[in-house]
Amino acid sequence: MRERLLRWETILLVLCVVVFTWGSATTAGFGEADNISFLLLDYTEVALLALALLPIILTGQIDLSVASILGFCSALTGVLWDAGMSFETIVPIVVVAGAVLGSLNATLIVRFGLPALAVTIGTLGLYRGLAYVLLGDRAVTGFPDAYRPLVTDTVPGTFLPYATVLVIIVGVLAAVVVHYTPFGRSLYAIGLGEQTARFSGIRVQRVRFVLYIVSGALCAVASLVYTLRYNSARADNAAGLELVAVAAVLLGGVSIFGGRGAVVGVVSALLLMAGLRNVLFLNDITNEIQNVINGLLLIISVLVPVIANLLRGKRHPMPAEQRGQPPPEETPQDPVAATAVHGSPEEDQR
Amino acid sequence: MNRIRALLSGRELSIVLALFAVVVVTTVVNPAFLNAQGIHDLFLNASIIALLAIGQTLLVITRNIDLSVGSVMGLTAYMSGQMFIADHETPTIVVVLAGMALGAACGAFNGALVAIAKVPALVVTLGTLYVFRGIDYGWASATGVHQINADQMSSGFLSFGSGSILGVPHLTLIALAALAIAAYALHNWRSGRELYAIGSNPQAARLAGIPAGRRVFTAFVISGALVGLAGVLHASYFGTINASVGTNRELAVVAAVVVGGVAIFGGSGTVLGAVLGALLLTTITSALPILGVPAFWQRAVDGAALLLAISLDRAVMVRMAERLRKERSLRRA
Repeated sequence: MRERLLRWETILLVLCVVVFTWGSATTAGFGEADNISFLLLDYTEVALLALALLPIILTGQIDLSVASILGFCSALTGVLWDAGMSFETIVPIVVVAGAVLGSLNATLIVRFGLPALAVTIGTLGLYRGLAYVLLGDRAVTGFPDAYRPLVTDTVPGTFLPYATVLVIIVGVLAAVVVHYTPFGRSLYAIGLGEQTARFSGIRVQRVRFVLYIVSGALCAVASLVYTLRYNSARADNAAGLELVAVAAVLLGGVSIFGGRGAVVGVVSALLLMAGLRNVLFLNDITNEIQNVINGLLLIISVLVPVIANLLRGKRHPMPAEQRGQPPPEETPQDPVAATAVHGSPEEDQR
Repeated sequence: MNRIRALLSGRELSIVLALFAVVVVTTVVNPAFLNAQGIHDLFLNASIIALLAIGQTLLVITRNIDLSVGSVMGLTAYMSGQMFIADHETPTIVVVLAGMALGAACGAFNGALVAIAKVPALVVTLGTLYVFRGIDYGWASATGVHQINADQMSSGFLSFGSGSILGVPHLTLIALAALAIAAYALHNWRSGRELYAIGSNPQAARLAGIPAGRRVFTAFVISGALVGLAGVLHASYFGTINASVGTNRELAVVAAVVVGGVAIFGGSGTVLGAVLGALLLTTITSALPILGVPAFWQRAVDGAALLLAISLDRAVMVRMAERLRKERSLRRA
């Protein structure tokens, strides 16, 4: 029971309640339905990017190119719309384009065995650069009035915007896949030890490939939401949003080394960040300060497990395994050791 | 034959050849590319990014990375402007030292989180990228000084940035000095060689008694100081500063380092390679408009260069592993 109460996901949910209570108590207009809709809508793209990143980080890798894929797909939407294509045709093309960019990441990382970090720093620049090549620094606007409400309008009788409904559907799907399917369990297995996962029959390469393609497609969906929401397709759309998405995933209790985390944590983190951002916004705190806060949240979220382990280590000097208990979820992980273990000779000999 | 192959496989040589090819092609298209002014500008631009690349090399060798370099550079550039607003006659050397100190402090912050708290450098510096940039913007909006122009800085500082000795710009001389010192230290000092040991096998390095945490921390501080220096030099060369100086520079720096043959997994690479990588990418960037390619391609080129470099490294590694395996099986037979 105590373990459950102390779980990071629980703490996050409590923090969420605290922020929302504090917001409505101190800030005029925070609790109004219109504002809550705005707050939710404001985080739809981040939420989609974070849900795309979550399974990748669970397997111990990363995709820093998510916001650049969004930018590219937005620019592509603009170019195609400019060329006179109907929106119904643009949607599938853009989603396929996102999946193709994701599969390029996957090819470099999975087929060629290149480090995900370096590859996605490279594609972060490449995709954003290609977005500029497509659209330059102009903006395409004037998307038809018929489509915007599909994103920004609220479901009749509620304060939920349609875009948020989309996020909820993706979130529920992600939770079901990650927590209740063999595929989901294989993500954790890969994150905890790639070699071991391979020896237990998980097709690690294929899983990774699928994750990056799905991630690309989800980023493309996010780009459509973004483009319609602002009625503007620009090459610099969502620039820097990868930070917010990574911050949300890590703050949500997903270990950067892989193998640990839950969808509910990430969703709580997203709500927490959206609430915080909204309170700051209503109090006229500038965007730059909000970036600082996101940066600090990211740092804090990786520091928390370290500090927690330090405290726990003092309380229980003996490792959990020796006490005859299953190891706690937060096994102390040395970043250096974690990278060194993959493909090390000891693993091969087992 | 083997010696030729050994020479050709050296990363430095292949970069020099690529550089040569780019320069020849561009000059054929437009001979003005190689005039005195063009070369001068090229070296000036490359010098600033070379300083960033030298610092980044120290970190990447230890299997770390610093994504916050652009923000730190922007912060120190902005601070040098602010120092002149506070006192128009601030001596140049004071500005340089203050900039390096601020850069080192930012590096120490990153380094402490990485080395003491054992948090991955990627995440820490992705966070500080925004924190440092936010401080930069916050400072600008708190003081209401959004842009600092050349007439607000001392003439001594500006002439220091644009000056040259025997035709070689000061900035290039400083970059070359930093390169020489870093190359010597990495190659000859015990602590320098230990950085390679930490990068190629962190656990073994620790077991061998290398104070890995302290070395990584020091590398972050030195890199930060170099980034701080680069920010001050940017201010003195361009003469116009706002809070967005150095934005998105991290991609170009990481690309330069990796193109220069510094393995992203740590343990190998030289500062000379990184500086040549910086020079190559700067040359390509300035060649693009001359070849009729819009400047929009620059980010795409940086990204593609990085991807190409890591793919090449991987191909070479795979082939080498295969050759070693073959040799071993031959010896066994």
